[in-house]
Amino acid sequence: MQTRQGQSVVDVAISDRMAMPAQSVTRVKALGRFRFSDAVFRHLTRAAAIGVLVLLGGVIISLIQGSIPALKTFGFDFLFSERWNPVTEIFGALPAIYGTLLTSFIAMLIAVPVGLMIAFFLTELCPQWLRRPIGIAIELLAGIPSIIYGIWGLFIFAPFLQATLQPFLINTLGNVPLIGSLFAGPPYGIGLLTAGLILAIMVLPFVTSISRDVFEAVPSVLKEAAYGLGCTRWEVVRNVVLPYARVGVIGGLMLGLGRALGETMAVTFVIGNAHRISASVLAPGTTISATIANEFTEAVSDLYTSALIALGLVLFVITFIVLAAARYMLLRIERRIG
Amino acid sequence: MLDHVLTARYGARRRRNVMAMALSIGATMFGLGWLVLILGALLWKGFSGLSLAVFTEMTPPPGSSGGLLNPLFGSLVLTVLAVLIGTPIGILAGTYMAEYGRYHRLSSVVRFINDILLSAPSIVVGLFIYEVMVAPMGHFSGYAGGVALAVLVIPVVVRTTEDMLTLVPNALREAATSIGLPRSLAITRICYRAARAGMVTGVLLAVARISGETAPLLFTSLNNQFWSTDLNQPIASLPVVIFQFALSPYKDWQALAWTGALIITLTVLALSISARALVPTGKQS
Repeated sequence: MQTRQGQSVVDVAISDRMAMPAQSVTRVKALGRFRFSDAVFRHLTRAAAIGVLVLLGGVIISLIQGSIPALKTFGFDFLFSERWNPVTEIFGALPAIYGTLLTSFIAMLIAVPVGLMIAFFLTELCPQWLRRPIGIAIELLAGIPSIIYGIWGLFIFAPFLQATLQPFLINTLGNVPLIGSLFAGPPYGIGLLTAGLILAIMVLPFVTSISRDVFEAVPSVLKEAAYGLGCTRWEVVRNVVLPYARVGVIGGLMLGLGRALGETMAVTFVIGNAHRISASVLAPGTTISATIANEFTEAVSDLYTSALIALGLVLFVITFIVLAAARYMLLRIERRIG
Repeated sequence: MLDHVLTARYGARRRRNVMAMALSIGATMFGLGWLVLILGALLWKGFSGLSLAVFTEMTPPPGSSGGLLNPLFGSLVLTVLAVLIGTPIGILAGTYMAEYGRYHRLSSVVRFINDILLSAPSIVVGLFIYEVMVAPMGHFSGYAGGVALAVLVIPVVVRTTEDMLTLVPNALREAATSIGLPRSLAITRICYRAARAGMVTGVLLAVARISGETAPLLFTSLNNQFWSTDLNQPIASLPVVIFQFALSPYKDWQALAWTGALIITLTVLALSISARALVPTGKQS
C-alpha cells in the first residue's frame, strides 16, 4: 500500500474504509483503536517530559515565593549581613554562604588531585582485571548515603581529628605568620575543616569516575604516538591525556562541586552550627544546607521560615549555576567524542 | 658529554614517572581506605546491636531498649510510594526523549534540566515540597515525604530509561512497524522488553538513592515516635530516626542509630551491586 504524504498507514486504512469488503470492518475498528491509544500514549509521554520542566520551574517559583517576606524585610542585607538572630528576627546569610563555599573549597582542594591520580591509575597503570573491581569500589563510596558519612564523621572521624590532625596543625602551621590564624584556636574536632574533609571523601568518587571516563575517551592513537616518541606514562598523562580531556575533567569537577555545595546531612553532623565567620578553619561554622536542616522545624515565625527558604534559594542559585556550567562543558566533550 | 647529560635527564624523567606512579597508587589506596574505614566502623558499631528486637520493637523512649520497627516500616512505605509516583512519570518522560522526540528540541532541553535535577541539592527539594504540600495542608504527612522522594526518583529513571531505549537497535523498531504494530505497542511490547534490564537498573539505582535520603524528609514526613500507618500523618523513617538518635545524648539511642545506619548501608550497597550485575557491560555511572 502506497502511503500518501504525511499520513500513516493507519490513516490510509481508515480513509479507504469504503473500498473495503465487509469482513474487514472489525479490522478497521481495531486500527481506529490503535490510532487512539497511540495518540494517548504519545501525548502522555510528552506531558511527562514537559512535567520534568515544570518540576524545575515549580522548585524555582516556590522558593522565590517563599523567600519574598525575608527578602522584602532585609533586601540585599540578607546576603551581606553577618548577623543571624532568631530571637530578634534579624537574619543575614553571610556566615552560611561563607561556610558553604569554604567547606566545598577544602573538599575540592583534596578531592581533585586525589581523584585525578586515581583516574590516572585506573586508566594507565592498573592491570585490566583489577580495573572493574577498583572502579566499582570507588563508586560504592558514592553510593553510601550521606547520613552514614555524618554519623561516622561525628563519632569516629571528628574525635580522631581532634586527637591527631588538629593539634598537629595548631602546633605547626598555627605558628606560621600570615596563615597562622587559619589554624588558630582549640581543637574542637567538629568544625569547618572536618566538614570539608568529609565532603572531600564524598566528592572523590564523582571526580574519579568522570575523570576516568573522559581519560578513557582520549583516542589511543594520541597516546600511542606519545609513547612511541618515548614519553613516560606520567608524561603521556600530563602532556597528552590531561590537555585533551581538560574540558571534560573541569565539567566533572564542577559536578562534584555541585554535590559538595548542596550536601546536607554529612555536614550537619560535624559543622557545629555556629553562625559566625571565623578566620580559623578549625572553628565551628555553618553551611546553608546545615542551617536549613537544623533550624527549619524549629522556625516558628513566618519571617524565620521565610529566611530559611531564602537561604535555600541562594543555595539553589549557586548550585544551578555550577551544575549548568558543568553540564555545558560535559555536553561539549560529548559532542566532540560522538 | 652529550650522552652524559641525556642519561641524567633520562634518570630525572624516570624518577618523576616512578614518583607519579607511586602517588597514583597511593591515591587509590587512600580512596579505597575510606571505604574500608567507613564500612568497618559501621560493622563494628552496628553489628553488635543487630538483633531480632530491632525488627520487632518500636523506637524506645530515651534510656530504654527497643527496636526500629516503625521507622523501618515508614521507610519502606515512603520508598514504595515514591517509586509508584516517580517511576511511571520518569519512564514516560524518558520514552518521549528516546522515541518520539529523539531529535526534537524539547528533548535536549528536558535532558539538560533533568541532569540539573539529578544533582540538585535534596534539601531544596524538601523545601519545595514543604511549600507546595505541607504548608497548604497545614501539617506534615507521609504523602509529602513520598512525593519529595518521588521528585528524586524521577531524574534517575528518566536518565536511565532514555539511555537504555537509545541503545535499542532501530532494526527492532522497523521490524515491529513492518508487521503493522502501531508505535505505542512497538514501544511498550518491543522496545521496553529489549531495554528491560537497563530500566530495572534505573529503578534500583533510584531506590538506592532515596533509601538513604534524609534532608527532604526532615520537614515533609517529619518523624513519629509511634506506630502509624496513616500516610496523612507524620511518619517515621529510618534516616530521620538515625539523625535524631545519633545527635541525642542517650547511649541506647546512639547504638540504635548505628544499627539503623548499618541496615541502610547494607540495603543500599546490595541494591547498587545488583543494579550493576543486571547490566554487565553497560556504562552505568
